Amino acid sequence: MNLVDLSGNLLFTAFVAYLAGTILFGGAVKGSKNEASASNKRWGKLGITVTIIGFLAHLSYFITRWIASGHAPVSNMFEFTTAFGMLLVGAAILFYFLYKSPLVGLFALPIAIVILGYAAMFPRDIQPLIPALQSHWLTIHVITAALGEAILAISAVVGLIYLLKNIDLTKKSKERTWLEFIMFTLVLVLGFIVVTVGFRAAGYEAAFDYVDKNGAQAEVVYHMPALFGMNEYSAKTEGTMQPLAEMPAIINAKTLTTFTWSVITGIILYFLIRLISRRRIAELVKPLAVKANSQLMDEIGYRSVLIGFPVFTLGALIFAMIWAHEAWSRFWGWDPKEVWALITWLFYAAYLHLRLSRGWEGRKSAWLAVIGFAIIMFNLVAVNLVIAGLHSYA
Amino acid sequence: MSFIKCECGHQNPEGTDICQNCGRPLSKEEKSKRLADMRYDGAAIRSKTHKRSIVDKIWNFFSSVKIGVSIIIAILVASAIGTILPQVFYVPATSEAQAAQYYEDNYGLFGKIYNALGLSDLYGSWWFMTLVGMLGISLVVVSLDRGIPLYKSLKNQRVDRHPSFLKRQRLYGEGNVQDPDAVMQKAAEKLKEKRYKIREKNGALLAEKGRWARWGPYVNHLGLILFLFGVMLRALPGFYVDESMWIREGEISAVKGAPGLYLENKGFSFDMYTQENTNEVFSEAIDRVGSVASNYQTDVALYETPEGALPGSTNAELVKEYSIVVNKPLKHEGFHIFQMDFKLDELSAMTFALEQKESGESLGELTVNLADPQKEYDLGNGAKVELLDYYPDFSGFEDGEPQTATPVPNNPAFLFKMTTPETPEGETSFVAIRQTLEPLGENTYKLAFQSADTRDVSGLTVRKDKTIPVIALGGLIFMIGVVQGSYFNHRRFWIRKSDDGRIQVAGHTSKNWVALQRELDAVTEHAGLPAYTDQRDKEGHSDKSEGVSNT
Ligand code: HEM
Repeated sequence: MNLVDLSGNLLFTAFVAYLAGTILFGGAVKGSKNEASASNKRWGKLGITVTIIGFLAHLSYFITRWIASGHAPVSNMFEFTTAFGMLLVGAAILFYFLYKSPLVGLFALPIAIVILGYAAMFPRDIQPLIPALQSHWLTIHVITAALGEAILAISAVVGLIYLLKNIDLTKKSKERTWLEFIMFTLVLVLGFIVVTVGFRAAGYEAAFDYVDKNGAQAEVVYHMPALFGMNEYSAKTEGTMQPLAEMPAIINAKTLTTFTWSVITGIILYFLIRLISRRRIAELVKPLAVKANSQLMDEIGYRSVLIGFPVFTLGALIFAMIWAHEAWSRFWGWDPKEVWALITWLFYAAYLHLRLSRGWEGRKSAWLAVIGFAIIMFNLVAVNLVIAGLHSYA
Repeated sequence: MSFIKCECGHQNPEGTDICQNCGRPLSKEEKSKRLADMRYDGAAIRSKTHKRSIVDKIWNFFSSVKIGVSIIIAILVASAIGTILPQVFYVPATSEAQAAQYYEDNYGLFGKIYNALGLSDLYGSWWFMTLVGMLGISLVVVSLDRGIPLYKSLKNQRVDRHPSFLKRQRLYGEGNVQDPDAVMQKAAEKLKEKRYKIREKNGALLAEKGRWARWGPYVNHLGLILFLFGVMLRALPGFYVDESMWIREGEISAVKGAPGLYLENKGFSFDMYTQENTNEVFSEAIDRVGSVASNYQTDVALYETPEGALPGSTNAELVKEYSIVVNKPLKHEGFHIFQMDFKLDELSAMTFALEQKESGESLGELTVNLADPQKEYDLGNGAKVELLDYYPDFSGFEDGEPQTATPVPNNPAFLFKMTTPETPEGETSFVAIRQTLEPLGENTYKLAFQSADTRDVSGLTVRKDKTIPVIALGGLIFMIGVVQGSYFNHRRFWIRKSDDGRIQVAGHTSKNWVALQRELDAVTEHAGLPAYTDQRDKEGHSDKSEGVSNT
């Protein structure tokens, strides 16, 4: 087995361990009543042990891949997202030891699993570095920024627990709707994974010629039946579906097609779940959250922003500026990715000030934490894939 | 300034919430609260006491955190709007009209409106800069407004606070103990062990640590102010140079914006990853993606005219030779020269043969250096070619006159006059790529294209930024402040015994209440202090172990 295969197997091991960890933490939370019982302790310990094993496997994936390629594996969508998942688990472990709450693990692990699943949908081959990325600052900047984001994400995890516990799901309310919407977005990601894996297994491929926005001839290969065609497309593969509509040159019709298929699949999945369980997804998950101590969740949320904010500032703004100064001759250029890092930073600054001076604690704070995570994800997903700038991972 | 006199006799400035001496609540608002508002230890802040004059009103506006957060959110939203479409500096356009055209062509009506509203240059707009300026002012004002009273209040803390002050703390406990003095002493011991500074007076004890963490926000705001100040400095002449230059292989050119510096382009290279030249772990990716660039490099020599040399003198001395690649700029005297762009295979010279059309017989060849064409080329034996006019980037005729779009030899065209012994009067020929015109009638001779030489052109950017030290210092101070305020906390315990043997204990922290409770738990156990509760925890102290496995 060569290093690259070993690395892949380690990643798979981590994935399985996180699944097992989720189940064990589930046992720990289920077993606990008002007092910490013996069985709860045992499940909790097992849960964290398995999680740490998974994390170590994940870290070994990272190191072996680094050795194999000669550069830190954070240079494309697959690598970055996988590293983010790893750091998220790392942050969850840190907070487990700070506060001994298995609930953090129970909710953070499934999110890490979904993130890993998402990452696996992108090309996994090891790519050589283009000139712009050939710098030690790539390693330093990206890892620190991702670590900051992972720590900040913990506030969204506990925020979600807080909301699940404290929002009355039996009464119609805006909060109930939004909470269900969060659950729905998670199902959407699953939809993306299902549809990608599905068409990949079927070996679907359809090539088109098109004219790009600079007026040049280009070729594109879809791996899903083309719902939308690129600008002035013409099909190159016989017997495949013809696009339903043609898009102008500024819209990447392939991305739009993938997005649409994912939404369709996500909606179908969502309704299947609701049809079978006859409940909202939030209601299905709520029993896991009701044991939470709201005050403790609020404290963990605030603490994770406090710990994550300086790390994020250092990685996503300061190191980024130093690198931009070295590579692009200016420390700040209003590139969309830079701007969204700034937006994230401003958002968490607002969170801290609202909390400190306007007393936005508990529920309001929890909502803000969830929105903060949404901004981070937007920067990772939409800004990379849709609003392409200098940072866009091709 | 008027004062409020507390029951204890202390004169407090108007606007004080909690008596700075004994800790009794003073204001009506404060009295109505179950828990003390400890944000600035109840000190009077300027914005709460001065409300009359215009200056006060402006001061109060900028010192309001509500306003501060509104400014932050406004900048956030504006920044987001600026990412919807590419900003104008990322758009291939050299004039406003071209840019307007670009937005309309590419993004339709939406693009037209976006550009017309000025959103395509959002970050350079006056209103965006005003928002950032307001943020800066707000930071200065709020730091003075709250920092000074907070500093005074914490510096002059009294040890023996009034019982009501303790009762109104979030962590609070009271009860009878056997031997109050022994309990107090043991508590002091334990707290000392935990690195608290202890002060005792009249049967009261104040334990405090980490007060410096309270200055964290003020330090980080100071860093931000410095950072913004540094950014502002750029507007001053001389602080900021930003030029781009194209330099052809083999050329020496003055470095733009850097008087006295010259750069010679000794060769540009552009490399790709291939299956052969890279590690085999990359082979799959190279197969999938096709060509991937591996390096852009300009080999240069930097020359400098010695100080005091006459302007325009050419006795420049070699400073150094360097290979500029992406991520590794050439650095000299505060100037950074970056590899930013390139053009491969620009035409540098064209060779023609002067031929008799009918026989095809050649009278000789001439080579036109496109960067520096000669006026006349003598081919010997009485044959010569004059270059009447040169159009480096021929773009067609306008009113019968040939036009050039740019001075770059992208599509060279020439107006030649050919003179031979056979045609002593001379014949005029217009020669462009794949096109020859004979404007003054049929010629006997023609200039036949033989070959072309090409060379690469490097696009370099020259920067000098004297504001970097200020900006970097601002960033550093911000980081120090934000770590100071977030990773450390200010913790205090007050313990007080009354004559009837009761003990009161109260605790406060700027953040991280769980850690504070753990410390109080340890002290309580060691010293036998009365049990305390978290008066904020609605779900109750007993609930603490819910969802917590190992406590
Ligand atoms: C982007 C700009 C800003 C950043 C990054 C920033 C950052 C911070 C941070 C990290 C804290 C500490 C928060 C905590 O410990 O929970 C803080 C506190 C504070 N900030 Fe800011 N701030 C900014 C702008 C402002 C503005 C515009 C105002 C005013 C109107 C303001 C007023 C305050 C106040 C009053 C505090 C509390 C100080 C104390 O606890 O003594 N900040 N700021």
